[in-house]
Parts: sequence; structure tokens; C-alpha cells
Amino acid sequence: MATASETKATRRDFLYVATGAVGAVGVAGVAWPLIDQLNPDASVLALASIRFDVAPVAEGSSVTIMWRGLPVFVRHRTPAEIEAARAVPMAELKDPEPDENRVVEGHDEWLIMIANCTHLGCVPVGEAGDFDGWFCPCHGSHYDTSGRIRRGPAPANLVVPPYEFISDTVVQIG
Amino acid sequence: MMKNKTFLGAVLLVIGLALPAAPANAAGEAVHAYQQSWSFSGPFGTYDRNQLRRGFQVYKEICSSCHGLDFIAFRNLSEPGGPQYSEDAVRELAAQFTIVDEAAEGGEREGVPADRWPNPFPNEQIARDANGGALPPDLSLMAKARTIHQEFPWWVFNYFTAYQEGGADYIYNLLTRYHEAPAHVELQPGQYYNEFYGVIAMGPPLADGIVSYEGEGTPETVHQYALDLAAFLQWTADPHMVSRKQMGFRVILFLIVLAGLMYMVKRRLWRDAH
Amino acid sequence: MANHSGNYVPGSGIERWLDDRLPIIRFSKEHLMDFPTPRNLNYWWTFGGILAFMLVVQIVTGVILVMHYTPHVDLAFASVEHIRRDVNYGRIIQGTHAVGASMFFAAVYIHIFRGLYYGSYKAPREIIWMLGVILFILMMATAFMGYVLPWGQMSLWGATVITGIFSAIPIVGEPIQTLLLGGFSVANPTLNRFFSLHYLIPFIIAAVVVLHIWALHVPGNNNPSGVEVKSSRDTLPFHPYFTMKDLYAIIVFLIPFAWFVFFAPDILGHPDNYIPGNPLVTPAHIVPEWYLLPFYTMLRAIDFNVLFIDSKLGGVIVMFGSLLILFALPWLDRSKVRSGTFRPLFKPFYWLFFVNFIVLMYLGAQPAEGIYVLLAKISTAYYFAYFLIILPVLGRIETPAPLPASISESVLGENKAQA
Repeated sequence: MATASETKATRRDFLYVATGAVGAVGVAGVAWPLIDQLNPDASVLALASIRFDVAPVAEGSSVTIMWRGLPVFVRHRTPAEIEAARAVPMAELKDPEPDENRVVEGHDEWLIMIANCTHLGCVPVGEAGDFDGWFCPCHGSHYDTSGRIRRGPAPANLVVPPYEFISDTVVQIG
Repeated sequence: MMKNKTFLGAVLLVIGLALPAAPANAAGEAVHAYQQSWSFSGPFGTYDRNQLRRGFQVYKEICSSCHGLDFIAFRNLSEPGGPQYSEDAVRELAAQFTIVDEAAEGGEREGVPADRWPNPFPNEQIARDANGGALPPDLSLMAKARTIHQEFPWWVFNYFTAYQEGGADYIYNLLTRYHEAPAHVELQPGQYYNEFYGVIAMGPPLADGIVSYEGEGTPETVHQYALDLAAFLQWTADPHMVSRKQMGFRVILFLIVLAGLMYMVKRRLWRDAH
Repeated sequence: MANHSGNYVPGSGIERWLDDRLPIIRFSKEHLMDFPTPRNLNYWWTFGGILAFMLVVQIVTGVILVMHYTPHVDLAFASVEHIRRDVNYGRIIQGTHAVGASMFFAAVYIHIFRGLYYGSYKAPREIIWMLGVILFILMMATAFMGYVLPWGQMSLWGATVITGIFSAIPIVGEPIQTLLLGGFSVANPTLNRFFSLHYLIPFIIAAVVVLHIWALHVPGNNNPSGVEVKSSRDTLPFHPYFTMKDLYAIIVFLIPFAWFVFFAPDILGHPDNYIPGNPLVTPAHIVPEWYLLPFYTMLRAIDFNVLFIDSKLGGVIVMFGSLLILFALPWLDRSKVRSGTFRPLFKPFYWLFFVNFIVLMYLGAQPAEGIYVLLAKISTAYYFAYFLIILPVLGRIETPAPLPASISESVLGENKAQA
């Protein structure tokens, strides 16, 4: 008798637990769309990756383009700038990173960086500052010709976004 | 008490007499539409990718010279559930168009997949001027913004068959039923007669053989063009139909299982209460 | 009567501390768990729970839609399309909100007709009923303003026609209409204020729902027999018996809801609302959403002048009267018997009233011409006659069937043996 009622109780518990579990799956299934709708929508994602033809950018000049709502520098460096950047000993750098790591091999003249100072987000001025790279007028950060922080309050080098050359002159950012 | 019953009987009689008369009166002047069988009809319906591609070709070669497709971006053409062209093909297609962009140098640039389909006219007034005063409507939502007239009780079944093809049927009928105007209809210059629509400012846009489809096997007739275009416009109006229906099956199946479980829970609980 | 003795014993020091300051656990236990509920409630009684659930669904999906919607005449239509096309799961969320309005009304109509059949409006539940009528009117206002937001043709012209109702008021009508519109036609200021109010009113509804339930928890539920609860044998605690029953009903209710959302999201709306609003072109037939049709029919039914009241004002009076008359219902129906089950004469008139309501709904979607005009007048007349003549008269002349002695007796079917 006792065993019978125990079995009954177990079976009943199983039904309740199973229903609760299925219900929980349902709640999760409803919750996810309500959360995911906060993520970038299809029209935003369509612009998350852009293509840019660098050919018109002459040596020694740079352009600023928009990517994901952020300004991005595309700098066509001169051989002298590249040499200057590569000659700097790692020990002198606040955020040590060799110039080779900041460009794509074979496209060393192209320096592509997000144009927000790593201190508080201002846009630095090009071909300025103590290292002929960039100078941020907001709080006085100096970057070199590789966009690396050399002096001032900024903690890190200018950020290189993910990008690749899909042909000799067309770069896909993002 | 007797009086009440008499009154009730009278009211029932009036309603009973009036109701069957109602639908016959509802017909009005609506023209009967020839309903087609669509691949996307009913809960199991999906788009036929090749048909969408043919329909897109008809739109691009014929309609797009006057009609916009404002809510469609080039990228949509490569999305699953649609014509699903390759991303490279879409990129190439977009690059053939010039997009007005204030931020671009010179105010114009090449199109990219993220751009919307550019409207053939820069503004409404120019569109009207180019079309004898009539405004060619945007086509992106045409399949949802039109429907066909159905008699009672046929429309009642729509709720159970998930009939959503009235717009496609409308487009098909409009495109295929141009005729010589009957004697009593007088047409002004720039007007045409359509048996389904009446007097219309758009000339018959389709003719047999006007669009050459790739490959063999698909007839190049007005009938086929109209079907393909209507299907394409159904997709532009409802581009996520396929994924929506797929999700619907999962959701309803889940709800049936959960309802069954809840019924057992409820019954077991209540068995103890009685 | 409700059991207010309370059998909550705080289990721990923290619970005791909380109970002295904010007895929320005690309150929840009394009103959500232990509340004595008549054991013979049928499935028509689950629609109260379904409605509470629908209010939550509409508020949650609505708050999300606002994150992506732009209330401006130039952008509103495109922003709704943006939600349907680009936002993650946007087409489902928007579909749920739009179909949800229809499901909400379907549920509220069942809830109201249940109350009409079982006499749930009778003493001591008049206030519950009147709060319910207020909720119904608030729901209609919210739904109407929500329908304007996508700024399609039917949004614009529906708003134009309905706000035109106010211009029927003598002398002050026109200034009031201008005040409501924020201009001389339905335009951007109108869209903006409707958006604001469409967001606000659901929270007022939620507050009135609290009052509605509060008023319900004083006398407790009516029940299919209409006999008051006499002993604890007649009731069961709300939880788990009715929570689980309501939950089951909600899930079953979700199946047709999901059917519409996923397989026919546009079938309940009007195709014209997929044409952007255009103040220069009126659609051929302006048809409100199906749930407003019976009242729209009554508005149109009055096409004749009565003394100094012209037909326009007459229609408005009749339409608002058809809602306001519901407030008087508890005093119009004089029958001592609540449940229609025990009222042999009441039943055919009730069902005729129900059919008449469906006819009113059907007529609202038809053009106002030919036989429809006459039918609309007859149906409108019956709608009012039901409340003003039939119910008061029935209360006097009807001989009700014998009532069961108690709820538990009616459950066990002993009333049949006695009868």
C-alpha cells in the first residue's frame, strides 16, 4: 500500500517536473526574441562591413572614412614614415607593438586605424605632434607615424580595426 | 409570455429573411478575380526561388523604369527565403546604380548592397510630370496593399487556410486583363482600359516575349510574366514569410505539447478536489 | 464571503520583519494563493486570466516596438516597415502586438458575454461590472489610437472619421475637435499625441484592472449557478486549482493567436493600411478594425433627424449611449436570479442579443446602402431594447427554474434529482 502511493507520488511529480521544464523552455523561447531585438538590426549589420578603394589616396596623404559610426583614418605613408616607425626601439614605447603588426604584410604603406584617441575618444590631428604622427588636442597625447602612443595621457596605441585587402587597392573593413 | 415569444419570432424572422439576402447585395461592382495557385499559399507554402528571380527580372526590365521599390535594399536579394542571388552578384548589381548621398564626394556614389533600391524619379512631382500626371505607386508593399473581392462565405475560410494571396491575385489579374475599351467607355489620351481595374493610366506593360528568360522551359508569355512578377512582389511585401512560417510550426507544435501537459496537470490536480 | 482571517505565519525572522512593514507575502497568499474560489467555475471564467495575460503581452511588445518606432508622419510608416523587415524578430513582435489587439478584444467580448449570461453584473458586483465597462472603453480608445500609429491610409482616415465624431457636439464641437487634433486636420501633432496616449492608457488600464480585481475580491466570484458561496465546501483555493486551470486556458488560447501571428498576420487588418497615409486621397470604404464594428454600425444607423438633434449628433449619441447603457445594466435587469441557466425566458433573448451583436459587426464592414441601412436600424433598436425593455420586463414576468441549494450541490448534480 505504501509503495503504491509512493509510486503514484513519483509519477505525479514527474508530470509536474516535465511540464515545468517544458514551460521553462517556452519562457526562454519567448525571452530570447525580446532580448535579441536589442541587437543591431539587419540594416545596421549591412553597414558593419564596408569596402573602400584606397587607390585615390596619394602617398603622404590620408582620408577619414566612417565605419560603424566611427571615424577611421586611412593613411598612405611615405617610405620615410615607415622607416621612422620601424626604427623605434620597443623599450621606448608605452604600449610596445612593432609597426609590422599594425599593417598588412605587402601593404605596409597603408595604415588604417580607428580615429579615436585611446584616452577619452577625441579625434587626433594628423601630421602633428612631437613624433610627426598624430596629436590629440584635447589632452595632449602624441602618436607616432605608426599610430602608437608616445607621450601624453592616452594608455594605448590607436586601435587597428579588423580589415583585409580583397584586391590590390580595395580594403574591406569589418 | 405569449407576447414575448411572438416578438422573438418576429425578430428571428426578420433576421432570417435578411441574412441570406445580404451577401447577394454585398457584391457591388467588384469584378470577379481569377485566382491562381501560388507556391506560397497556405501554411506550407514557400517561395519558388527561380520564380522570384524571373519576377525580379521582369520588374527590373519593365516596371523599374517607373515604379520604385522603396523598402527593398539590394542586400535583401541575397537573403535566404528570397531570390537568394549570391552576395557578389548583388554587389555587382548594386554597383551599376548611382546613389544620391550627401556625404559622398560630388553628392553621388556607386551603390553598395546596403543601399535601398533607388527610386526612378527624384521626387513625386517629377514622377507625375513624366507620367501624364499619374503617380506610379511604389511596388514594395503592393501585394499587401491590394486584395481581391470575395463573396460571403468564401472569405470566412481564409481565416482557416491562412489565405494571404489576394494581393498576388490582384496583381496577376491587373496585368493580364487589358482589353479594348467597350463602347460605353470613353478614354482620354493617356488612358487605357483594363477589364479588372477599369480606366487606368498605365498602359499594358507586358507583351509576349518582351522579357527573355535564361534557359529553356519557361514560357515567355504575359501569363507567365504576370505570375512571376506577382510572386516577386509578394516576396517584396513579405520577405520573411518562409522563416516566419517555419518558426510558426515550431511554436504551434510546442504549444500543443505544452497544452497537453497542462491539461494532464490540471486534470490530476482537480481529480483530488472532487 | 471572502476569507480574511489569513493563515499566513511568517516562517523566519526576515519574513516577520517584512510582514510588519510591508505585508506583501501575506497579501499575495491571501489574494493569489488561498483566495476561496467557487469550485464550479467553467472555462468561460478563464478569460479573466487570459485578459490579464493579454494586457502584459501588449505592454511588453508595445514597449519593445517603441524602441524602433518613429512617431512622425514622414517616418512612421517606414519605421514600422523597418521593424517588420530589419529588426531582429521584429516581424514576430510587431505581428504579436497587432494580432494581440484582436485577440485581446476577442477575449474581452467573451468575458463580457459570459458576464451578461451569468448575471455577473448583479448585486453585490455592480462596481466590478462598471469598472469592467470603463476598462472596455479604455481598451477601445487605446486600440483606436494604436491603429493610427502605423500611419497607413486606414490610420489617417480612420482617425479623421472618428475624431469627426466630436464635431457633432453642438456649438463647442468644432473647437473641441481642433483641440484634440492639434490642428485643423489629422496631422503630425495628432500622431504625436495619439502615440503619447497610446503608451499611457495601458498603464491606466492596468491600474483599473487592480481595482476590478479588488472589487472582485470583496464578494468573491460569481459562478455558473449564480448561487452565492455558502460554505467552504463550495470553494477551492485559487492556487493551484485555478492558477493551473487558467494557465492551461492561456496556452490553448495561444494556439489560434500563434496561428494568426505566424501564418496570417495581415488577415485581421485592412490592406489599405499598407498604403502610406495620404491626406489627398480617401479610401473607397473606411472600415474600422473588426472589434469596433458593432459600435460603428450604430453610429451610422442614425440617418434621420429627431427634433433639434440632427442625424450626425444622433448617431454619436446612440454610439456613446450603447456603451453608457452598460453602466446602468445592474439596475435595469431586475431579475433576482443571476444565472441565465435558470431563466427560461431570458435565454432566447440573450442568444438573440448575441446574434444581433454579430450582425451589427457584420453590418459595420458593409457599405451603408440598400438593405444594410434598414438592418442596421433594426439591430440597433434590438441592442437598446434588450437593455431598456426586455431585461426590465423579464425581471417582472419570468418564472425562473428552481435554483440549486448550493454550489457543491450543483456540482454533484443533485439539483436534477430535486427538480
